Amino acid sequence: MNATFYVAAVIALLSTLCVISRANGVHALLYLIVSLLAVALVFYTLGAAFAAALEVIIYAGAIMVLFVFVVMMMNLGKATAAREARWMSPRLWAGPGVLSGILTVQLGYVLATGAVGPAALAPVSPRDIGIALFGPYVLCVELASMLLLAALVGAYRIANAELERR
Amino acid sequence: MAQTIWLIPALPLVAAAVLMLTGGRLASRSVAVVGVGAVGLSACIATIIAIGFMRAAPAGDALSVTLWHWMTIEGFAPTAGLYLDPLSLVMMLVVTIVGFFILLYASAFMEGDEGYSRFFAYMNLFVAAMLVLVLADDLLFLYVGWEGVGLCSYLLIGFWYRDAANGLAARKAFIVTRVGDTGLMLGLFLLFTQLHTLQIQPLMQAAAQTWPQGSSFASLAALLLLIGACGKSAQIPLQTWLPDAMAGPTPVSALIHAATMVTAGVYLIARTHVLFALAPAVLLAVAAIGAATLLIAAFAALNQHDIKRILAYSTISQIGYMFLALGVGAWSAAIFHFMIHAFFKALLFLSAGAITMRLHHEHDIFRMGGLANRLPVAFWSFLIGSASLAALPIITAGFYSKEMILSAVWTGGGQVPVLWAAGVITAFVTALYIFRAVFIVFFGEAHTEVTGRDLVRIVLPLVVLSVLALVGGFVETPGLFGGVTLFTRFLASVFPPTPLPNGQAEGLLLAVAVLISLSGIVLAWRLYSRPAPQFLAWTRQPAIIAWRHFFLSGWGFDWLYDRLFVQPFLALVQFNRLDAVDSFYTGLAILARWLHRLLHDSQTGRIRWYAGCLAAGSIVTLAVAVLR
Amino acid sequence: MASVPLQQAMILAILLFALGLAGVIMRRNFVFMLMSIEIMLNATGLAFIIAGSRWGQADGQVMFLFILTLAAAEVAVGLALIIRLRHRLDTLDSDAANLLQG
Repeated sequence: MNATFYVAAVIALLSTLCVISRANGVHALLYLIVSLLAVALVFYTLGAAFAAALEVIIYAGAIMVLFVFVVMMMNLGKATAAREARWMSPRLWAGPGVLSGILTVQLGYVLATGAVGPAALAPVSPRDIGIALFGPYVLCVELASMLLLAALVGAYRIANAELERR
Repeated sequence: MAQTIWLIPALPLVAAAVLMLTGGRLASRSVAVVGVGAVGLSACIATIIAIGFMRAAPAGDALSVTLWHWMTIEGFAPTAGLYLDPLSLVMMLVVTIVGFFILLYASAFMEGDEGYSRFFAYMNLFVAAMLVLVLADDLLFLYVGWEGVGLCSYLLIGFWYRDAANGLAARKAFIVTRVGDTGLMLGLFLLFTQLHTLQIQPLMQAAAQTWPQGSSFASLAALLLLIGACGKSAQIPLQTWLPDAMAGPTPVSALIHAATMVTAGVYLIARTHVLFALAPAVLLAVAAIGAATLLIAAFAALNQHDIKRILAYSTISQIGYMFLALGVGAWSAAIFHFMIHAFFKALLFLSAGAITMRLHHEHDIFRMGGLANRLPVAFWSFLIGSASLAALPIITAGFYSKEMILSAVWTGGGQVPVLWAAGVITAFVTALYIFRAVFIVFFGEAHTEVTGRDLVRIVLPLVVLSVLALVGGFVETPGLFGGVTLFTRFLASVFPPTPLPNGQAEGLLLAVAVLISLSGIVLAWRLYSRPAPQFLAWTRQPAIIAWRHFFLSGWGFDWLYDRLFVQPFLALVQFNRLDAVDSFYTGLAILARWLHRLLHDSQTGRIRWYAGCLAAGSIVTLAVAVLR
Repeated sequence: MASVPLQQAMILAILLFALGLAGVIMRRNFVFMLMSIEIMLNATGLAFIIAGSRWGQADGQVMFLFILTLAAAEVAVGLALIIRLRHRLDTLDSDAANLLQG
């Protein structure tokens, strides 16, 4: 199990690196999908099988697909890719790199000095999740549905207004 | 009688207030009536009081009226009061009577000027301030008059303010006399802190009792008062303002810069003569300053070509005579010369004004000429004034006053014969320069056309002053000419008697005086009425031209002061352009602006930048939370 | 199964989060910025899962579910906005949207 975890972790990290460093949009998206799949595997090794499934189905399967459709619709083309490549100079990496590095160090420090519990990780079954959702978190579920409704209406309206104007 | 003294300075003050408040809306006739009439009324009241005083002198030979208490602070309670003794009586009469005739003249001279009402307002304010000065019984009240005349001098020199040069001359006069005023103020401080009063008569008594002869306090106080007197009376080293003050209208020059304001210094020293007598070193300084000034100014007057500047330097020189007289202890001689000088100098200025009025305001004597026949009134007045100035023997008043001073210097200043020599040489040069002016202006060929005609208001003052310049001296004649001593006996209660020579020394001195003035006139006639070609060639030599320029510029004092004071001050101002003293406050402003720029630049509008700032902020917050 | 070390899993989450943050700040294209935000959300979800597994409770995965919902809503609206912006600015350069400058 550990080996799986490490392999999946490495794949996730490498592909995330590729996401943020590609010039072509579709390439980056594909790398992102790979990263999400790797993270799903990490979920499985942690005992969260249900979450792994959700990750694959919803995140990689729906959200990313939506992303891909929109990016392809935008028809970015070679000129955009060239421009992106031009914008990614090593000088550009310095500032963000430094900020992220400091943040990593800080969070690592917090992690290291925090209270450490037992190293064992217990799996959680979908049944427990369902009980939790319909129990203490039922209100959140309703809110989540309202959020989705709002997003739906909003996205429709924003895009439609554009069409109507044209 | 005492109850009406306050009217004398009050009437011109009221007239000034009326003219200022109506601000030029009155007709010029009304302005003239108010302006001249107020001083005329003061002159009448002064004359009545003087006659009453001379017929029956009051107790203590002085009248004292306290008008009001100025302020009452612990240990300091000056009063505003008037003190009339023979000295202030003489001054008051001269100021009001000569002032009246000058204002009468001015009502015709300034006719048509757009500042007619303003002119008379300022002139009346001046007369009021001068009367306060001579009648004050408290040195602080005297200082009020002192400042008042300084202010009016500034206002009147720069009367035609549209020309910037006049404003410059006015500022120069004010600043230079300010140096003197500072000395006077310091002197007043010293006197008050040491003697605890500024009332003049008690002060003099306290000084005589508290300070021994030659004490350092007395010397210091007298020196400071001397500085004040030098400033107002345009003596070395503060004389540079008077020639430039001729930028003002001619009646102003006649009243302020010939007859009255410039003699305020002489009056101050005469009034506080007890203090000066306690400081022989300072008295010697007074005499030395007078002697140096009269020589320097006379040579400067010899080389001027503006008629008013000749008269200005002449004034400086004649006040030098008064200082010389004061310095050797001849107090009444100085006041006598003041009175006669007021007559003939005002006469000279007014006739110069009459000339320039008829010649389109031409001031250069080399552009006048041949006016003896065409301007008879001006010619005779100027001639009489010049004769009096040159001390033409016997018939002119100037002879008696100048001769009295020279005799007093001979006896009183015996240990410093240089003083007498300076006086005599200058008498010669005086006759020379004033008759140079007479010959160049009135004889020879004409260079400028004459226009206009004489008015009664111009002619009448000239006639009156001519008469005074001729007969005014007969109140005090030396022994050989009748021995009349009306003047000194009148002032006997104020001043100790003046030591004068008698017998053989007296005769010898008189002969010298007669010889000097006559020879000066003759030499002027030889050199200037029909100048010989050799003389003209000599004056055109380069070395002589250099000397002439040196004298023309008043012995280079302006150049010296410019190098010594003006240029360094301007350099300092330039250096402090960025105002180092205020740098803290300007620094605050600069800091605020820099912070604003910083914040402004941080609002780039770019999303990435904002994201980065968010990240940085969260890092900082985390750090704070973690490390605490 | 042998347990996965807790620390190292969290380190993975931290690293993923940092990479996402770097991407947001660095990339100029709106689409890439949105992608990087997704990476960050994903990393956060991973952190929740780890915590839930550590305590053996469902709360972690429930939170992850909600994060997922949130991400979906956000992507939908975000992409609509990106399309709108593109039509307005004729470019996907985020630096072109700088009317708040000043």
